[in-house]
Amino acid sequence: MSNPKYKWIGTRPDRPDGADKVTGRARFAADFNLAGQLIGKVLRSPHAHARIKSIDTSKALALPGVKAVVTAKDFPEQADLTVPAGEMQVNLRDVTRNIMAREKVLYEGHAVAAVAATTEAIAKQALSLIKVDYQILPHVIDVAEAMKPGAPVLHETLMTEGAKPPATKPSNIAKRIEFAKGDTKAGFAKAEVIIERSFTTQAVHQGYIEPHAALASASEDGQVQIWSTTQGHFQVRGFCARLLNMETSQIRVTPSEIGGGFGGKTVVYLEPLAVRLSQKSGKPVKMTMSREDVFRASGPAPGGNVHVKIGAMKDGRIVAGECTVEMQAGAFPGSPVGPACMCSFACYDIDNVFIVGFDVVSNRPKVAAYRAPGAPISSFAVESTIDMLCQQLNMDPIDLRLKNAATKGTKTAYGVTFGVIGMVETLQAAKDSPHYKTPVKPGFARGVAAGFWFNVGADSSAAAHVGEDGTVTVISGNPDIGGSRASLALMAAEELGIDYDKIRPVIADTASIGFNFVTGGSRVTFATGLAVVNSVRDLIRDLKSRAAKTWGVDPDGVIWENGMAKPAGSNVGTFEPLSIAQLAATAGKTGGPINGHAQLNVTGAGPGFGVHVCDLAVDADTGIVTIGRYTAAQDVGTAIHPSYVEGQLQGGAVQGIGWALNEEYIYNAQGRLANAGFLDYRIPVASDLPMIETVLVEVPNPTHPYGVRGVGEVPIIPPLATVGNAVARATGLRMLDLPLSPPKLSAALDAARPLMAAE
Amino acid sequence: MTDIQFKVAKTVREAASLMAAAKGKGRILAGGTDLLVQMKAGMVTPGTIIDVKKIAEMVSITETKGSYRIGAATPAAVIGEHKKLRKAWPGVVEAINLIGSTQVQGRASAGGNLCNASPAADSVPALVAAGAIVTIQGAKTRRQVPVEKFNSGPGKTTLKAGEIVVSLTLPARPKTSGDAYLRLIPRTEMDIAVVGVGVSLTMKGDTCVSARVGLGAVAPTVLLVEAAAKALTGSKLDAKALDAAANACSAACRPIDDKRGTIRYRTKIAGVLLRRATAIAADRAKGISRPAHSQQGH
Repeated sequence: MSNPKYKWIGTRPDRPDGADKVTGRARFAADFNLAGQLIGKVLRSPHAHARIKSIDTSKALALPGVKAVVTAKDFPEQADLTVPAGEMQVNLRDVTRNIMAREKVLYEGHAVAAVAATTEAIAKQALSLIKVDYQILPHVIDVAEAMKPGAPVLHETLMTEGAKPPATKPSNIAKRIEFAKGDTKAGFAKAEVIIERSFTTQAVHQGYIEPHAALASASEDGQVQIWSTTQGHFQVRGFCARLLNMETSQIRVTPSEIGGGFGGKTVVYLEPLAVRLSQKSGKPVKMTMSREDVFRASGPAPGGNVHVKIGAMKDGRIVAGECTVEMQAGAFPGSPVGPACMCSFACYDIDNVFIVGFDVVSNRPKVAAYRAPGAPISSFAVESTIDMLCQQLNMDPIDLRLKNAATKGTKTAYGVTFGVIGMVETLQAAKDSPHYKTPVKPGFARGVAAGFWFNVGADSSAAAHVGEDGTVTVISGNPDIGGSRASLALMAAEELGIDYDKIRPVIADTASIGFNFVTGGSRVTFATGLAVVNSVRDLIRDLKSRAAKTWGVDPDGVIWENGMAKPAGSNVGTFEPLSIAQLAATAGKTGGPINGHAQLNVTGAGPGFGVHVCDLAVDADTGIVTIGRYTAAQDVGTAIHPSYVEGQLQGGAVQGIGWALNEEYIYNAQGRLANAGFLDYRIPVASDLPMIETVLVEVPNPTHPYGVRGVGEVPIIPPLATVGNAVARATGLRMLDLPLSPPKLSAALDAARPLMAAE
Repeated sequence: MTDIQFKVAKTVREAASLMAAAKGKGRILAGGTDLLVQMKAGMVTPGTIIDVKKIAEMVSITETKGSYRIGAATPAAVIGEHKKLRKAWPGVVEAINLIGSTQVQGRASAGGNLCNASPAADSVPALVAAGAIVTIQGAKTRRQVPVEKFNSGPGKTTLKAGEIVVSLTLPARPKTSGDAYLRLIPRTEMDIAVVGVGVSLTMKGDTCVSARVGLGAVAPTVLLVEAAAKALTGSKLDAKALDAAANACSAACRPIDDKRGTIRYRTKIAGVLLRRATAIAADRAKGISRPAHSQQGH
């Protein structure tokens, strides 16, 4: 498949970083080393909730080989100030407490101290010599429990923002938010069918294969260099500058290749500690998390409780929708309850909608972004309820959704009116897919669900440099987590009219390119893509002026076509076209190096919609679910490099299926995580799933020169309900609580069996 | 820091005397797929590591009059490629081939799986059903013990100081015999059994004339479920016999509630897998080829 409108866009060349990755040459964060480096290790809280009465580090410091120890005292207090981090917002006062506990430890795994020593063994021994005197406090893990009056309060100063009536005493509810459109009371009064249910989902980890790691080197003159695995090295710089009270220009951050992030690497954990340890010891300090650390102290995505009420007419037209979302924030405020609320009904054009969200703290690690933060949770509840409506009205699940689909001009509950969107096209594409047209195999059942994500733009910088032989380096500042280098190079090739392999895309460190917001929100191919296109256009302007100089004509008399400068018309004169290589060869005579650059705040991100179809079988005796066939259809704008677009859809679908079937955080009575490893935190393995089929629906985003929409978030949203809806149809049992793990599903089936027999 | 000694033994006797000399701090290195992981996690700190991979007796498979002796350190992949053994004991081989992942199979061994003493070890229920005998070498003497008596609790064996496991012996049995192993895991790979059931049967026509049942992951050690075997023996594997055997398996369970499964679930699944494994073993005994398509046998 290639796009008939373009030469390069829509083709599938090898990725620029491919050879290094398949040969093992690519350097991930833990592959960076410096001469004389120390190994840093973190002491973590064994308690879910405790007051730190004192910390004695003297014995650790006295151990030969130990060069530095840090605790919260080594980090300045921060103001109560909220700043963006990826798709989420974080409060600096909380961030400094999350990287190093201050007054209290708030979850098992919370960092309490860190050491740097000449060997890992000495560093570990030093941790065992640090004496922390804890006063253990009652803890609360569950959101519903945390919201109850009398629950252990994590933050004595936390008053519910937006509470009605205003909060008078501290609680674990950080915020109440509300979105409304129309009059749901009137809507439900008119409705001929009303369905109301409560759903729960569990906390899940992003599950990136590469654990967090950082190497920091602080010089005597105050300059700091950091190498780390991150989705945003400019954010690492920003956070470190704030948390360590430094100037950003003193910090230079180089991102490593990244072994997965999915939103979880948009915040900092190790970097500020490594810098401070390096400053105190005078040596470079390297820190890596173990997998257990990753589970206990990074991520996860929240779990949530969602109550949904939907009213419809007998013809399937939805006339009212209500949704209440109570979401885990982890130990500090700031769950993605906002996007969860906004995305809940966004796929549909409903006159009357009312949504309430609660941001709730409990003794769990602070949540981080994970693909479409919040949306899968509310969507699971809404899409399950819509499926019940389909069953009750005996309507095809795609037909009912087509009847209610959002289109251009639909006003959302959160206030935005949609422009050109592809919900209808995506539903139709799912309906026309080979999968949906094939009858369901005996023993299997089919589920369908949809999902929506905004996608984002934000700040991007890019540059394009012409080498002396006419090849081009395209420089940007976003870590490549999904094949973005290939996509950026394809757009540059299309724009310049030269071959893809004459362009080398490079990700520059924070000192070598202007500011870029994180790789997240599905923004890079869209927003940084636009910066690259603009930098190439700037370059073309320069190239044309060089040709004009060569020919002695006005720059307006030169056009750029198929990688060549040509006279705009016969009135300009008769000149042989000049290639980029020819212009590069003579650059010294026409004004020196030829470069283009661009920087902008990108707006106009095109929202994305996905519709998934799943055929599965349930082993009635064991509760084991076998996925037989799975298709993900999505409005992808323009597929710049279709293989990587398909990869996004497939990866998102697999993560969503894991969320639906087996992934969950399991806590024991002491509030300690019982499954902090990939053995008992079960992400799907390759043999669990069929090849995920994809249908790319191309509804170009009119605000982007190549019609790009973000594609990375949407595909994780529909799978939870797609799987749940298929299980409901396979078993006759509507499971309201995720995950649908074998013991849980088996117990539910056993409980339902006598009831079903009686019917 | 204490240094770790690394010794390569050339004979079983040498390995046993090195083990005795290590005074309780010795660890045998066969494939190392448990030992190295435990060392990295800081769970064990051996004084001496004794490599037994150079001892021919411990890495080979021999057949004598229909009985098979499997060296304790023989890699699972080698066992899986032994055609005659696979034909004679398909259930034992498929169980051994479930230890770890494909990559781990190149090094992991049945002896190591047994000595690691996990109640959820995949190879052990099949070995128990097969009536395997463990050969043990001490500093001076050799002894033999039925496999179901080898482990004494999670992570604990009945090995005495200085003893090592040399081999596992599967007895000769009539041609009309078959065995099978099924385990339940929530995924299809890279997981630990929530329940594992091994069944070995000898048939005479449609009648089961002898049976053994091994049951894993539901008690501190893998169990030999004699009541289930009794229910099957003498029956035509009819619904009544299967019900009784399944109930016997469920009744034998002494499981715990944990992150991998509930008491209720494990107890139920023990019966479910008994039925399914018995059906496969019976088909094999009758000469009907039955690859276990999925681990749960559905």
